[in-house]
Amino acid sequence: MGKVMLEVNNLKTKYVTRFHEDVYAVDGVSLKIEEGKSLGVAGESGCGKSTLALSLMGYYFAPLHYISGDIIVDGRKISGMKPDDVRKNILGNEIAYIPQAAMNALNPTQKIIRFVEDVIHAHDPKMPRKDIYDLAKERFQILGLPEEVLQKHAVELSGGMKQRTVIAISTILSPKVLIADEPSSALDVTSQKMVIKMMRDLMEKGFIKSMIFITHELPLLYNVTDDIMVMYAGQIVEKGTAKEMVFDPLHPYSKGLMGSIIVPEEGVREQKLTAIPGTPPNLKHPPEGCRFADRCPYAQPTCRGMKPEVIELPNGREYRCLMSERKVREVYANA
Amino acid sequence: MRDGKELKPCLSGRGVTKVFGFGDAKTVAVDHVDFDFHEGEFVSIVGESGSGKTTLSKMLLGLISVTEGEIDFQGKPRDISNGKKKKEYWKGIQAIFQDPFASYNMFKRVDSVLLDCINMRGDKNLPKEEKERLMTEACSFVNLKYAELTNKYPFELSGGQMQRLMIARIFLLKPKILLADEPTSMIDACSRATILDMLLKLRDEINMTIIFITHDIGLAYYVSDNVYIMEHGKFVESGPAEEVILHPTAAYTKRLISDVPKIYEPWDLTTV
Repeated sequence: MGKVMLEVNNLKTKYVTRFHEDVYAVDGVSLKIEEGKSLGVAGESGCGKSTLALSLMGYYFAPLHYISGDIIVDGRKISGMKPDDVRKNILGNEIAYIPQAAMNALNPTQKIIRFVEDVIHAHDPKMPRKDIYDLAKERFQILGLPEEVLQKHAVELSGGMKQRTVIAISTILSPKVLIADEPSSALDVTSQKMVIKMMRDLMEKGFIKSMIFITHELPLLYNVTDDIMVMYAGQIVEKGTAKEMVFDPLHPYSKGLMGSIIVPEEGVREQKLTAIPGTPPNLKHPPEGCRFADRCPYAQPTCRGMKPEVIELPNGREYRCLMSERKVREVYANA
Repeated sequence: MRDGKELKPCLSGRGVTKVFGFGDAKTVAVDHVDFDFHEGEFVSIVGESGSGKTTLSKMLLGLISVTEGEIDFQGKPRDISNGKKKKEYWKGIQAIFQDPFASYNMFKRVDSVLLDCINMRGDKNLPKEEKERLMTEACSFVNLKYAELTNKYPFELSGGQMQRLMIARIFLLKPKILLADEPTSMIDACSRATILDMLLKLRDEINMTIIFITHDIGLAYYVSDNVYIMEHGKFVESGPAEEVILHPTAAYTKRLISDVPKIYEPWDLTTV
């Protein structure tokens, strides 16, 4: 077992709306990532993926509030730290975060090298600009970005190039954890592949120690990450290796998600896509029992009254359902 | 050809070209393309950003003029020379666009959006109950509940619901051809299946021709009968979906396929 890079225990965060209502967007999430491993987070829109990403940074600003739980990065507890301390000491060199529209964050009036200087000076104000340039040049070259990019403005770059530049800048301090929230969703397939290759390179060259990758594109997760975790209504409903999750999902929600995979390979045309009916529940008033019960094709009357606990299997897989593993397989075989 | 039946041509083009600008600043966006779309056929046009897909779709819709070439609609040359004829043409061809959030008039409630469609197709004088029934039917076609929607504004719906309402409009208008320009790219993977299934249902139940424009070759493979692959304004390959996507001949098609992540075969990341 490798060194644990990120450990999260029972993390709970909430949004407070302007009518002072609480929305529990991340509700008791626990996870662990070892050095050199990557974790994918899947789920449909509105299930709390992006809120989880924001919560993991440990940097909270309204309307997002921290309630309880621990976030431990490489042995250092960051939950409960003051926001300013988190910003100065954690973001950038311990945890890096790439939001969904990261490429739009580049100020059009500045050269790319200024952003690199900004990031480095925020943590080490004394580093000379020449050294920064050399470091950036070397890093960009390793990652397959031309050196000239550093002297360009954001408007001169294409979308895919901007996205890769942002990723290179945000990982310039070699963070321990990279949280990537849909880094390739706005790109076409070719640029997407380049972004994915770059993230793979970052891992292989040791510029980042571990990665959390959030997306709803399951074939992508399958190819990029070691483990996949499925979220629903702010909770983790299933966790397992990528292969297990795609070919042998246990939770009915994961099964529904895996039924929406479309790839250009033989046999896919004959498969019937399954869509999950309905929408995720309103988290202002989460359902009493199982949160997925209303949309679950296998729901029993007991599901609505009883909260399912996480079941851990001997091989390390986890899922949150009232059915036992044997029962689940039986139900799927008959369906 | 679909299921062994000979199909009637519905929309065809010969040497269709669009040139933007002139002189040195000339850009040929669509370059002499030929196509034949048949009745009740699901056709996909696949290409990367900048390949001319959207320009072609705008020409098919008659939103921009054709620089050169001819488009035939239902066997006759298309005539959209004045506003009245254009309106008549749009009764036969309708579109769904990429961004459902930008497709609605935000000041109009959902029921008036649907009511407009009924009026547009010439059923203005139907009794109120009959109109209600038609709207309820259209909503249930796309798994929406009309009663829950009547007093809502489009922005109160989710992206997937908006896109489904768009399909409900199409169901009411019953055009011959539906042009769907990346209808699923702003929708997450789970709702995507629903939208695709509804498009297939439109084809099967109303025998509508569907022209599906996408950059995702996996989607094209799943839904379409015929596929046209577009590169730099030209069709580099076309034919039945199974043939083109499982046994591609053009280098461009091969590259597009290799760029999509797969689950049964390993994904080769070295070729970028």
